[in-house]
Amino acid sequence: MNMNTWRSTDELEDRPAFRDWLQREFPPLASEWTNEASRRSFLKIMGASFALAGLNACTRQALEKVVPYVRQPEDLVPGQPLYFASALNLEGYARGILVESHEGRPTKIEGNPEHPASLGASDVFMQAEILALYDPERSKSVMNGLEVSTWDEFLALVVQEREKWKSNGGIGLRLLTGHITSPTLLSQIEVLLQEFPNAKWHVHEPLATKAPQPIYDVGKAEVILAVENDFLGPGPAQLKYARDFASRRRADSGATKFNRLYVAESTPSMTGARADYRYALGPRALQEFGTALATEASLPSWGVPILADLTRNKGRSLILLGDSLSEEVRQFARNWNRPLQIAQPLPSNGDSLSEFMQHVEAGKIETLVILGGNPAYDTPMDFKFAEKLALVPLRIRLGLYEDETSALCQWRLPEAHPLETWSDARAFDGTATIMQPLIEPLYGGKSAHELMAALAGNAVVSGYEIVRQYWHAQHAGDDFEKYWRKSLHDGVVAGSAGGKSSPFAPSVRAAASGSGLELVFRPSPSIRDGRFANNAWLQELPQPFTKITWDNSALISPATAKRLHLSNEDVVDLKYRGRLVRAPVWILPGQADDCVTVHLGYGRTHAGRVGNGVGFDAYALRTSDAPWGGSGLEIVKTGLRHPFATTQHHQSMEGRDQVRVGTLAEFQQHPAAVAQVGEPAPGGDETLYVPIAYKGHAWGMAIDLGACIGCNVCTIACQAENNIPVVGKEEVARGREMHWIRVDNYFEGAPENPRIHFQPVPCMHCENAPCELVCPVGATAHSSEGLNQMVYNRCVGTRYCSNNCPYKVRRFNFLEYDRNPFESAPVLKLLRNPDVTVRTRGVMEKCTYCVQRINRVRIEAEKQNRPIRDGEIIPACAQACPAEAIVFGDINDPQSRVAKFKASPLNYGLLAELNTRPRTTYLAKLLNPNPEAEKT
Amino acid sequence: MPQLFKRRANAIANAAIMGGVLIFLGACGVVYALGRSDYWTRKEEPLAQPVPFSHEHHVAGLGIDCRYCHTSVEKSSFAGMPPTDTCMTCHSQVWKDAPVLQPVRDSMQNGRPLRWTRVYDLPDYVYFDHSIHVNKGIGCASCHGRVDQMPMTWQEQPLYMRWCLDCHWQPEMHLRPLEEVFNLSYASPKNQFLLGTTLAEQNHVSHDGLTDCYTCHR
Repeated sequence: MNMNTWRSTDELEDRPAFRDWLQREFPPLASEWTNEASRRSFLKIMGASFALAGLNACTRQALEKVVPYVRQPEDLVPGQPLYFASALNLEGYARGILVESHEGRPTKIEGNPEHPASLGASDVFMQAEILALYDPERSKSVMNGLEVSTWDEFLALVVQEREKWKSNGGIGLRLLTGHITSPTLLSQIEVLLQEFPNAKWHVHEPLATKAPQPIYDVGKAEVILAVENDFLGPGPAQLKYARDFASRRRADSGATKFNRLYVAESTPSMTGARADYRYALGPRALQEFGTALATEASLPSWGVPILADLTRNKGRSLILLGDSLSEEVRQFARNWNRPLQIAQPLPSNGDSLSEFMQHVEAGKIETLVILGGNPAYDTPMDFKFAEKLALVPLRIRLGLYEDETSALCQWRLPEAHPLETWSDARAFDGTATIMQPLIEPLYGGKSAHELMAALAGNAVVSGYEIVRQYWHAQHAGDDFEKYWRKSLHDGVVAGSAGGKSSPFAPSVRAAASGSGLELVFRPSPSIRDGRFANNAWLQELPQPFTKITWDNSALISPATAKRLHLSNEDVVDLKYRGRLVRAPVWILPGQADDCVTVHLGYGRTHAGRVGNGVGFDAYALRTSDAPWGGSGLEIVKTGLRHPFATTQHHQSMEGRDQVRVGTLAEFQQHPAAVAQVGEPAPGGDETLYVPIAYKGHAWGMAIDLGACIGCNVCTIACQAENNIPVVGKEEVARGREMHWIRVDNYFEGAPENPRIHFQPVPCMHCENAPCELVCPVGATAHSSEGLNQMVYNRCVGTRYCSNNCPYKVRRFNFLEYDRNPFESAPVLKLLRNPDVTVRTRGVMEKCTYCVQRINRVRIEAEKQNRPIRDGEIIPACAQACPAEAIVFGDINDPQSRVAKFKASPLNYGLLAELNTRPRTTYLAKLLNPNPEAEKT
Repeated sequence: MPQLFKRRANAIANAAIMGGVLIFLGACGVVYALGRSDYWTRKEEPLAQPVPFSHEHHVAGLGIDCRYCHTSVEKSSFAGMPPTDTCMTCHSQVWKDAPVLQPVRDSMQNGRPLRWTRVYDLPDYVYFDHSIHVNKGIGCASCHGRVDQMPMTWQEQPLYMRWCLDCHWQPEMHLRPLEEVFNLSYASPKNQFLLGTTLAEQNHVSHDGLTDCYTCHR
């Protein structure tokens, strides 16, 4: 097989400058001396430091203190973490979590296997939420204008206000919130509105779909057509859908039938990357296609086999449509999908922002309470929210940050983080979770429940009592205590699933029309609608397809770029409906022609030190009548350039068969034909390395490329588990990013509409490891179980090992950890995993297969005098993976899951022809083409 | 022209060169010896504590088991330091007005923990686990010495990596029957190697991986 895979348009064009850039071990300046000091003074200083270095050791180790408890909590065993079940919200929808807590400090978030929206897996936002908890830039005190105030002073204000509301029934009192599923909060709002019938509650959620789709059984679908619908991408049901989808794509389970996925979309999405057939079309063409599908008239030729395939599997096929398609088409899809419908979506709170704005303009609002959200930043531009808010005399805001909205409010109350507070929430399917706090509020925050109780005149009641009282009312009977404890422990309230079916008013939407360039809005895959903008882990996460960090861009197709004479990093003015935004261009293969995608969430001005001024604010072009974009965009080249920090080529591997892809039919006819291609790996004894007999365990990993959806969660989970620092945009541009596992991204075929493949790459733990031989100080060595060990305290930082690593998975710490602006806040020490060394400057580091987890399980097993069970050791990346693509275990045990993976004919080693004998191997990706569609 | 240097000068020059080398080597030797010395490692140096707690009195005198205070030693990497609560179980009754115990009573009253000085302080890149050693038959005294004879606690061993490895290379020489782990006065028999080999087999102590870097560093 000779696959034409490539990683970017630069690589495809293969200019000499690009080759030169690629050949270097590290990008320019990564390893150069750029300081002002001359060579001579550098040598002087070095000489002096060398002479004094010996003296450096001439201090005895400082005495340290050991501080026991005064009263030790009952269940706590010092040195052993405890796990608590809770939940985190995304647009109001809960995803169940288990939080690891070390002596009272939460350090890591995992998915809760019992929870239907998490199933034990997690997404990037869940993983990164632990960093948000400790964010030193969260609001820390109650503010009244420019004055620091107190919660009690605020309560005094509420008492005054309540007198007024009592007399007039709450005329002029308004609540503005995001989407809420919390049963307790909803009942509190109801109580408040009953007491003050003239008060009103308004909802604004920037990414909410107007008509939420029912929940479908993706695992049962034989054929799926997704039109502008990224069901495998980030969202409240991603983990469930990804698990179900991947379960139908496993060749190892002996499945003879895969599902088949057709995707038509304007901009590449995670769903599009997994498609068997992908069509890049602009929004107008997508709408036409949708209409044609519904009416079966004037279907394009490529659409005919799709409809035939769907029809053939009617009852076992799904048509999933995006929010930008017209209501008639969506109704058609809902009818089509009915047999696979599991549940109705949770009732939406509706979106009543336009009504709210009318009331603002009419001067009907006297007191406004904004719970969470960030409407001053993310409301449609035509509402002029930020301008008009001043018309409201009293503005109260409960928020995690002093953000754009806080800046416009007089009273600002610090909000408690979801890990600091009692609350509850429902998952996308209605399952309720009671959220419990892991830690006292770090910055004196209050929860929305406490604020609502205060507004209802009951300020003394605690968040715990509020939530408990609500659930007590739901569960009459003597065994409430048992019910409460079980619900808390399990992280799900038994029998709460099944959203109540609610009729929703279908929104009338103008079908996309007009001509010229089209604009498409998408939430950022890293920071969503902007709410995660101050999260450095997410900002530095290379975005799928572009591998851009710390930025957003105007994504355009190669053909459109050629027509408009644009190249990567050109800055353009985007003019849309009289509004203008200046944005840098990125040429993205697979993007629909004449269509520009911009990611929301960037260009924040009040996000905090991390998020301020990163990227451009695409909300500046967004209006209420076209929330997902439309026609009539103009692009004007400015002649300016904006450098991106992308990780796309840093670890390039020179066009070998890194990703192997075949079809299910090929595999069934000739199992070895898909993966066993290229130069074969040399035999067992053809080596100069000293052979090691692995008598006990032999740890290995297999990554199923057929399951991977490219969601990046492995990278963040690894970062959280292994104390990996953030380095910032400048350093990423120099190739100094520190992620131990990266998700490589390959394009295959023509740049207009290539196939897209993902490949997570951790350390390969080679049995014949090239890195080990070249270390002059023995800092990297082989363990008796085949781990390629990296010993930080021995490393002197020669970087020879990285130079000799064919996979480029080693990371050198160029920065002083505690001087790094992203890591230096003292509060972040609480975040560190105590089981993993915090590395310093000048030390090489890399994936350890989470050796701290191996050791923990080994010690427990040995204490019980039993062997380690298969599946007991789960590295952080494998635990987080929603598609269960990463499997870890003992390859010496033929019954282990990983050994079975490795025995598959799909199994191949990356660059195995170098005779490195990697312990991490891959299962080739299989596609499931439609014979009929092949003909057209 | 007369000789500028007398013949003797050769000897002086030679002596100076030799002396210089010797002084340098000597200095290196002193630094090395200092690094290995008990002064440097704090071996057998009793450390000042907020309360002059005597293991000798509590263990030998009163016969309190190690695990009464170090509760997690069999379960966790950390042996556990007794919370103030544990001290007060007895000292709310006995010596309840003793001036030396004032910090303990203060701690109980104001809820501020006692701050003991760490006696055994491993570098942060070493991950030692108490529970596995205790469960496999390494006695407390093997590392902590005769704590029952220490009026003030000191560090019994140098804690050099070489010292750790001595045992990890040959655990048989240090294993004892599980029921003797907390017996501080246990003396290993003459045929320790034989006994150790039997115990190693019984308790599944294998040499495999005991000296892997990742066993202690990660």
